[in-house]
Amino acid sequence: MSNDGKVDCSRRRLLVATATIGGLGGVAAAVPFVASMMPSERAKAAGAPVEVDISKLAPGQMMTVEWRGKPVWIINRTPEQLASLKTTDTKVSDPKSDKKQQPDYCKNETRSIKPSILVAVGICTHLGCSPSEKFKTGAESGVEPDWVGGFICPCHGSTFDLAGRVYKSKPAPDNLEVPPHMYLGDARIVIGEDKGVKA
Amino acid sequence: MSVVNTKLKDLLGWVDERFPLTSNWKAHLSEYYAPKNFNFWYFFGSLALLVLVIQIVTGIFLVMHFKPDASLNAAGVPVAFASVEYIMRDVPWGWLIRYMHSTGASAFFIVVYMHMFRGMLYGSYRKPRELIWIFGMLIFLCLMAEAFFGYLLPWGQMSYWGAQVIVNLFSAIPFVGPDLSLWIRGDYVVGDATLNRFFAFHVIAVPLVLVGLVVAHILALHEVGSNNPDGIEIKKKKDAKGIPLDGIPFHPYYTVKDIMGVVVFLMAFSLIVFFAPEVGGYFLEYNNFFPANPLQTPPHIAPVWYFTPFYSILRAVTYPLFGIDAKFWGVVAMGASAMIFVLLPWLDRSPAKSIRYRGPIYKTFLVAFVISFFVLGYLGVLPQTPVRTLISQICSVIYFAFFLLMPIYSSIDKCKPEPDRVTSSGHGVNK
Repeated sequence: MSNDGKVDCSRRRLLVATATIGGLGGVAAAVPFVASMMPSERAKAAGAPVEVDISKLAPGQMMTVEWRGKPVWIINRTPEQLASLKTTDTKVSDPKSDKKQQPDYCKNETRSIKPSILVAVGICTHLGCSPSEKFKTGAESGVEPDWVGGFICPCHGSTFDLAGRVYKSKPAPDNLEVPPHMYLGDARIVIGEDKGVKA
Repeated sequence: MSVVNTKLKDLLGWVDERFPLTSNWKAHLSEYYAPKNFNFWYFFGSLALLVLVIQIVTGIFLVMHFKPDASLNAAGVPVAFASVEYIMRDVPWGWLIRYMHSTGASAFFIVVYMHMFRGMLYGSYRKPRELIWIFGMLIFLCLMAEAFFGYLLPWGQMSYWGAQVIVNLFSAIPFVGPDLSLWIRGDYVVGDATLNRFFAFHVIAVPLVLVGLVVAHILALHEVGSNNPDGIEIKKKKDAKGIPLDGIPFHPYYTVKDIMGVVVFLMAFSLIVFFAPEVGGYFLEYNNFFPANPLQTPPHIAPVWYFTPFYSILRAVTYPLFGIDAKFWGVVAMGASAMIFVLLPWLDRSPAKSIRYRGPIYKTFLVAFVISFFVLGYLGVLPQTPVRTLISQICSVIYFAFFLLMPIYSSIDKCKPEPDRVTSSGHGVNK
């Protein structure tokens, strides 16, 4: 090496090129490790559709089934509960369900295929807790005096009406998700599949 | 006797020619000169080191019996949850080791919060100790990660839903968020994949980084020298041999003093481990004695006490901004509230480092900050109500105002003049 201060540019270029290639190799070597943390093939394959018998679900009742590890609620709403959706129209942040939180066939006033039966993923759109049912109306509910029934999230206090629509100025940004589902006859629902098309 | 001494000296000489043993002993212990006026607040650095050792040792023994497996056993209980019960009931002394580890987690945060507050009281983050402070904040970050990953492992209800909430925080980041939280979980819901990777992070990845950072923290400290309650540089006044006039060798003076601190600490630690390991649900939450149930969130979930101030700030943000939902800004505010301490060396413009010589404005702000930190911490364990949300919003504003207004108020504050020498004649060493 000479000490006269002159830089050997060809050597310098070679050094830079070597370091760059080496660096790229290092980054490339990280790819398999990072990718290994994505859901495995087995995890992707799980999540088959679930078939549910709702013949015993009386009006005003709710049942919870597991689909892809998440709670899915099926609620048989009474006429009064359905009527309450009219009063919450002005209080919820997305009354017309414009955000794509449901299949197109559920983008309606009741967010359901049959008006009375709501199928929704019971996971708050804020941070993923499962809201609790608060079907009792009025002051008794412990929510607010003019409560018409719905759900409240225990984690951060988001409230939802009986169509899973989120109230305004709550931490949750979106309505509850309505999963793809279809009816096999009157009292059997398949969750995770619609019209033979797997979700 | 002298023969033995000579032999030992020869052995030491043999080692020193091959490894810097004596020189390191001198540089970091017997000839590391620390200010002679250390007070109560200076116990917490060495105590943090002690708790780190407790956590590593108890952790090693817990790993011998714990199984990171979310599948259900023959009795229908998740294997991970059952293995913790097994440690508590069937492993000889397993309950003790596990309670030491769970109490150690909370003790770690108590000690580290005191240690950080000491730094704020005496301006220990100020020039030339910025890097010590930054390494310290990175240690704090690792500690929070370690606590979070470790909390999932018992696979109880709070483990499960706590992890669900925190991982979903990342989904609030625009564009990449949902994929990022999927990548962290390794599944569409918190599950076996999540449990196994959190175990790997908790027992290997984060502890390695943590220990490395602790070494860097101490090396940086010993490079510039310790601050002290007067916030002045003892290196400015040295004797003929170049030793600070107000410095005393760390060993034996502070090793002995710290042993006293260790004794008192271990007394309190043992009282908790033996008589109240749950501390009324604050160190071990009652809901975590139920196995994880992905279909049912407990009626009230709250993080462990050491996260609650930041959690309150997360919940306090309820307004969308710039067209992005409140959820995202809540996450940003929470992250900022935990990490904003990093900026202290550059936010603080006060001529005096130590609280002893600072003016009334800084003291007022500090008191307001401490009160809001405690109020936020208290509100974080309670369910939300409109009034509580309002209080937490006010406290969040005070919290951030303490930092963000500091360049202004610290430069206009009326400070007292700093002394030339430290004001204590501690340890009877008067020169």
